[in-house]
Amino acid sequence: MSVQRFLLKGGNVLGGKAADLLIAEGRIAEISASISDKDATVIDLKGSIVLPGLVDLHTHLREPGREDSETVASASRAGAKGGFTALSAMANTSPVADTAGVVEQVYRLGQEAGFVDVFPIGAVTQGLAGEQLSEIGAMADSVARVRVFSDDGNCVFDPLVMRRALEYIKKFDGVIAQHAQEPRLTVGSQMNEGIVSSKLGLKGWPAIAEEAIIARDVLLADHVQSRLHICHVTTAGGVEIIRWAKARGIQVTAEVTPHHLLLTDDLASSYDPVFKVNPPLRTSKDVMALREALADGTIDIVATDHAPHTSETKDCEWAEASFGMIGLETALSIVNKTMVESGLLDWEAVANRMSTAPAHIGRYANHGQNLTVGSPAHITVINPTKSWVVDRDLVVSKSRNTPYHGYELPGLVTHTFFEGCATMIDSKVVDKMVK
Amino acid sequence: MRHLLSINDLSAADAIGILDTATELARINDGQVKKLPTLRGRTIVNLFAEDSTRTRISFEAAAKRLSADVINFSAKGSSLSKGESLKDTAQTLQAMGADAVVIRHSASGAAQRLADLEWMSGSVINAGDGTHEHPSQALLDAFTIRKHLGKGASDLTGLRIAIVGDVLHSRVARSNVLLLSMLGADVVLVAPPTLLPVGVESWPATISYDFDSVIPTVDAIMMLRVQQERMTDLFFPNSREYSRYFGLNSERMSLMAKHAIVMHPGPMNRGLEIAADVADSARSVIVEQVTNGVNVRMAILYVLLAGGPLEVGSNS
Amino acid sequence: MSVALSAQDISRALTRISHEILERNHGSSDITVLGIPTRGAHLAARIAAIMSSIEGKEIAHGTLDITLYRDDLRLRPPRTIMPTSIPPIGVQGRDVILIDDVLYSGRTIRAALDALGEVGRPRTVQLAVLVDRGHRQLPIRADFVGKNLPTSEKQTVKVSLTEIDGVDEVVIEGEAS
Repeated sequence: MSVQRFLLKGGNVLGGKAADLLIAEGRIAEISASISDKDATVIDLKGSIVLPGLVDLHTHLREPGREDSETVASASRAGAKGGFTALSAMANTSPVADTAGVVEQVYRLGQEAGFVDVFPIGAVTQGLAGEQLSEIGAMADSVARVRVFSDDGNCVFDPLVMRRALEYIKKFDGVIAQHAQEPRLTVGSQMNEGIVSSKLGLKGWPAIAEEAIIARDVLLADHVQSRLHICHVTTAGGVEIIRWAKARGIQVTAEVTPHHLLLTDDLASSYDPVFKVNPPLRTSKDVMALREALADGTIDIVATDHAPHTSETKDCEWAEASFGMIGLETALSIVNKTMVESGLLDWEAVANRMSTAPAHIGRYANHGQNLTVGSPAHITVINPTKSWVVDRDLVVSKSRNTPYHGYELPGLVTHTFFEGCATMIDSKVVDKMVK
Repeated sequence: MRHLLSINDLSAADAIGILDTATELARINDGQVKKLPTLRGRTIVNLFAEDSTRTRISFEAAAKRLSADVINFSAKGSSLSKGESLKDTAQTLQAMGADAVVIRHSASGAAQRLADLEWMSGSVINAGDGTHEHPSQALLDAFTIRKHLGKGASDLTGLRIAIVGDVLHSRVARSNVLLLSMLGADVVLVAPPTLLPVGVESWPATISYDFDSVIPTVDAIMMLRVQQERMTDLFFPNSREYSRYFGLNSERMSLMAKHAIVMHPGPMNRGLEIAADVADSARSVIVEQVTNGVNVRMAILYVLLAGGPLEVGSNS
Repeated sequence: MSVALSAQDISRALTRISHEILERNHGSSDITVLGIPTRGAHLAARIAAIMSSIEGKEIAHGTLDITLYRDDLRLRPPRTIMPTSIPPIGVQGRDVILIDDVLYSGRTIRAALDALGEVGRPRTVQLAVLVDRGHRQLPIRADFVGKNLPTSEKQTVKVSLTEIDGVDEVVIEGEAS
């Protein structure tokens, strides 16, 4: 908690009328048409949009185990660059986060870095092997207070294991976040199965492998009356199933990544593995369905699936390369480009999709309070009038595998506040957070 | 044209130019001249990360007949098999002064990566990348077809060609569909449904599951190799059933038009996709494809390496 | 632009050259005529026909493409290879008469000598050209010349033949200095 006071002047709060916002003692002290405070540092936000701090329900922080590609600290700074104040860390680390010990370690690393709240996600099964449940209770009761459980990277493919997991987490107010990928249909798969893959000679990852698992799991969630979350939906068919499930009152939520809102599988024609990702980029028909679904709420949130990889695992033939793209620093600009500029979402809805709703799914009590007075001052500022060109050599993340190198993106995130402290000012991330 | 990575790198005129050049070179090779000075002083590297005898020897013969120096770099026993990356291998070859690299690799897109990333400055010739393409094979197939069936025309308009077998995993099929259709031929793909890729409807070819009805209608049948492993991967029940429906045996050969020819890129599974007596019959041009391969590859090397960049004002 | 040789001039020159070749070689029995494509090949066919009507018998003739032996291949995009057709009697031990339309730097003929060397070992190699425009860069000379045309290096000599260009004429283009 810092004693520094900030007066953010003239920004469009939640995209609405221009207003002043005062940060004091780590909280939002006041929002009104005109505030004056002689002790506060004044920041002029005329023309900018003021949003609640963004919450990412799906990131890979790589620590422990793959610190060469990213650490909790470097990812936290990358998150600040993108306007995030909370990151959920997926469990596929080494060792896997399937015990209280590992999740508490990850939690503490986040606290030490001090840029964002890091909320560890616990593995559903031991070692992500898909056979035995992990210590879900211990992780839920630990300091990290895990509520989201996922084997992401792997699919919980065994229907009996998925059933038991959905039932068990009910005791802990948990949610199972499923990476929907039927393994038998995707052995050795490299990219979306379709016209492009047939020409390129790359093994296809058919849409049905995602849709079939989504269909099975929403029915399971209904049967046992438990909470299900579908990670990174990429298919029009998957969207339709989720829409049907929600209409029946099934407790399913869903996320989409920024790259699946914009990029399509024809990018693989260059064989540049920067476009290799799991689940893969799909067709423009899928992209349009995902955008509509995010607009109408069938898809509840945007989550980046930030997946850092060292250059030697991307600087090679496609089949050899790792799957994944980084995404924290470009997420809000991509959502601006695909959803706000196209008129599908207004900024208030963006705040819902990228802050309120993810915080609610993860039960992150201190986040997603949507800039109410008295709430912790987690704030993101984006200037939609400024565009910027992505340069992979200038990213804050430790890894450079962004698919947007050279792209000009509309909307620059300029300021991020975490618990009332500035983690980024004028698009420059602070070097180190002092407690 | 600096690289030959895919048939899409060629226009119809480019392809016909290569076939015409190969025709002339064939005549020269048939005569007394076995060595030409045209690429003297150039170094061509055969980078074969995947095993292949016939293609590598074919490119080597082609390069040597043009007086180029050839360096062979094959996977077995090389640093590639010990885990050295393609990038490091390429930079090593560059440091050794390779003017061109002929690359065969098990990963689709490997040739393009080599060319795009500019780890080396020479020309890149794709000798087969994964299941993507094998442009020089398609060119020698087109050359063979034109020689036997072309009736003096420069292209293949009016001809109908069947490609039979494991289309899904075949780079030969992909390159041939592109090239033969570009040169005006009708291409029909014959295969079990499991061995045709999703998206094949978008290819410039028609599809049939019924080999017998297609045979009398075509001028050439190109048989593709079927790997034994496809059986355990559930693509078809067993080799007996595969041969029964899609094997080219003598009964099927008797259904062929009088002038029609039988082709195979090799190596053959005698008895699986093609019967031994068909492979050895008078209709089979399989052995000639190998000779044509050297001439076509000489033409490719000539077109890529002999000339220089466009310059204005030089006269003879 | 000026016309250096008209159709009739060309016809007379070819007739004279044909007689000269037969005279110097004491008849046609040991001669193999090889034209360098494109226009040299057509001239060779004409000369062979003329010699044939003089001698009353067939003259061994064909074409010799020199593209693959050029020393300047890298200066331009790849050139089309033209047909090479050696008559069945070959060149071994025979008197080869190379025919080309214009003799200039001499590099084409140097390449032709290399190409010929791959085919066999002639007893002699002689050169007949329709036009010699000077400016040799190599020690090469013609044995039979249709016309000597002094030119400057800035000028171009354009040979048109009916078989290709629809008309027979030789034209000099450009300024003398």
